[in-house]
Amino acid sequence: MSKKVLVLGEVREGSLRNVSFEAIAAAKKVSGNGEVVGVLIGDAVANLAGELIKYGADRVVTVEHPHLKQYTSDGFSQAFMAVADQEQPEAIVFGHTALGKDLSPKLASKLQSGLVSDVTDIEGADASALFIRPIYSGKAFEKVQVKEGLVFVTVRPNNIAPLAKDESRTGDISSISVDITNLRTIIKEVVRKSTEGVDLSEAKVVVAGGRGVKSEEGFEPLKELANVLGGAIGASRGACDADYCDYSLQIGQTGKVVTPDLYIAAGISGAIQHLAGMSNSKVIVAINKDPEASIFKVADYGIVGDLFEVIPMLTEEFKKLLVNA
Amino acid sequence: MNIYVLVKRTFDTEEKIVVTGGVIQEDGAEFIINPYDEYAIEEAIQVRDAQGGEVTVVTIGGEDAEKQLRTALAMGADKAVLINTEDDLDELDQFSAAYILAEYLKDKDADLILGGNVAIDGGSGQVGPRVAELLGMNYVTTITKLEIDGKTAKIVRDVEGDSEVLEAELPLLVTAQQGLNEPRYPSLPGIMKAKKKPLETLELDDLDIDEDDVEVKTTTVEIYLPPQKAAGRVLEGDLSDQVKELVNLLHSEAKVV
Repeated sequence: MSKKVLVLGEVREGSLRNVSFEAIAAAKKVSGNGEVVGVLIGDAVANLAGELIKYGADRVVTVEHPHLKQYTSDGFSQAFMAVADQEQPEAIVFGHTALGKDLSPKLASKLQSGLVSDVTDIEGADASALFIRPIYSGKAFEKVQVKEGLVFVTVRPNNIAPLAKDESRTGDISSISVDITNLRTIIKEVVRKSTEGVDLSEAKVVVAGGRGVKSEEGFEPLKELANVLGGAIGASRGACDADYCDYSLQIGQTGKVVTPDLYIAAGISGAIQHLAGMSNSKVIVAINKDPEASIFKVADYGIVGDLFEVIPMLTEEFKKLLVNA
Repeated sequence: MNIYVLVKRTFDTEEKIVVTGGVIQEDGAEFIINPYDEYAIEEAIQVRDAQGGEVTVVTIGGEDAEKQLRTALAMGADKAVLINTEDDLDELDQFSAAYILAEYLKDKDADLILGGNVAIDGGSGQVGPRVAELLGMNYVTTITKLEIDGKTAKIVRDVEGDSEVLEAELPLLVTAQQGLNEPRYPSLPGIMKAKKKPLETLELDDLDIDEDDVEVKTTTVEIYLPPQKAAGRVLEGDLSDQVKELVNLLHSEAKVV
C-alpha cells in the first residue's frame, strides 16, 4: 500500500542539513510508490524547497512566519500541525537531531501516534515495514513494527544513504500561512560552542581523545587532525570527567552515539560504556600506548604508540595525501 | 514548590547485553537509576532545598523498581510512587508509558516535572515531551542549567554542543542533560531515613486506566546483537612507516579518506 509521507527539511544557518536528504530516502522507502512531501518551516526558507525536490521529494509545502526564525517546540508544532491537517499523511519522517528529538514526541502525542526514534535502517516498505534501531546505545538492536495508526519515525544521521541529487527534478511548491501564537519559551541567546563547526552526530570523521590526552591542551593535535580531515572532535567519559573537554563532546552510553565513516580513537582504552557509543562506526582506528587496551578489539587498524607522536605524523601524512588528491 | 521526577530503572552501563531466544537476559545483571534521571533527581532536590516544597519520584515498572525508588529517597526525595503494570500489561511503548504517567500527574498540580533526556536502554527520549504535551505543559529538553526565579525558569539547554539560553514560565517539564549537576551519593543517614519515607504502589485500576487506553502503537518484533567485528590489524614496524601505511590503508583499502 502506498503512503503519503511528510518529511521535515531541517534548516541550519540557511542550509538544509544532510540528514534531511537521508530522511527523504527513508521516506521513499516507507511510501512504497506513494508521495513524499517535503515540509519547510522557518522565517525565510522557501528558497530551499527546490533542493528537497532534487533529492527526491515530490513536492514541498512551506510555512513561513517571523516567529519561526528560531526553533521552539510551540512554534514549530503549530506550523507542522497545519501541514499535517492539510495533507493528512500516513507517515512522517524527521532526522533524529536535537530539533527532531525535541519536536517529534510532541507531534506524536498530538497525533496520538507511535513514534519510532533513532532508526538506522528500514526493512520492507508496506504495513509490515520493520524499523531497525539501536538499543542500549548500540550494544543491541531491535526491529520495531508500527501496529496501529500513523507511521512516524526519526532517522539517525549518517546511516541511510541519501538519493543521488537529480538537478532535473521538479515539483509543486506551495505555502500555508499559519498564525503562530503563544510561544511559551523565550530564547534569549544562542552560544555557539562547537568551534570547528562540524556537528559531532553528523560528522563523517570523528577524532576522539581519552584520558591519554592528559590535559585540555592535549586535545590540540587532535583538533588539527580533525581540521585536516573535516571532522569533529569527540571524547571519552574519562577525558570529560577529568575536565579536559566539555561534556557535549562525550561519546558513549552516557553521551552521544556516533556512526561516522572514520573514527580515530586516541588515548582511549575502550571501556564498554565508550564502545557502546562508537563501535558501529564504519572504520575504527585505535592509537594507544597499551597494546592490551580493549579499544584494539573493535579497531580495524591499530597503532601501538604515543598519541602525541602518532597524531602529528598522521596529520602531516593526510595533508600530503589531500594535497595530491 | 510541587516537584515530580520521572525515573526509570535500567541496566548498569557496565553490563554486557546477552540475548537469548530474542530476549535480553536480566539474570544477574546490575540495575541502576537511568543516569540521566539521576541528574533530574539531584536537580529536583536542589530546587526544593532552595525554594521549599516536596519532591516525588515516579516510575512505571514491576516490584523490582522499588530498589531504585528507595535509592532516590535516600538521595533526598520525599516520596515515591511505583505504578506497577506487571500484572496488567505485557508490553509498553512510549505512547502508553506517557499516557500512564500523564494520567497519574494530571491532578497533581505540579509546578515542575523533571526527567532524564533519554533512557540509556530504550534510548527514545520521547516520554518527557509526550507527558508534557498530554498535560498541556511547556517543556524544555536537554537542559544543563536551571534557575528558578519566582514563576520563571531561566534555563541553558544543550543543542548539539551549542547552548541556548532561554526563559519559560512554570509549570514546566524539563529533561536533564549530562553536565546539569553532579548527582550525590546517598548518605548512610539518608539510606536509613529512606526506609521510612512513603512509597506508594498504584495499579492501572487506581488511575482509572483501561488496558485498551494504553494499547501499544509500536511493538518490538526482534532483538539481536550487532555482528561481532573481526579483530583488526595492529600495524608493525617503524612508527613513521606505520603512519604511512595507515594513511594508505584508509585511502585505498577502507576508502574513507
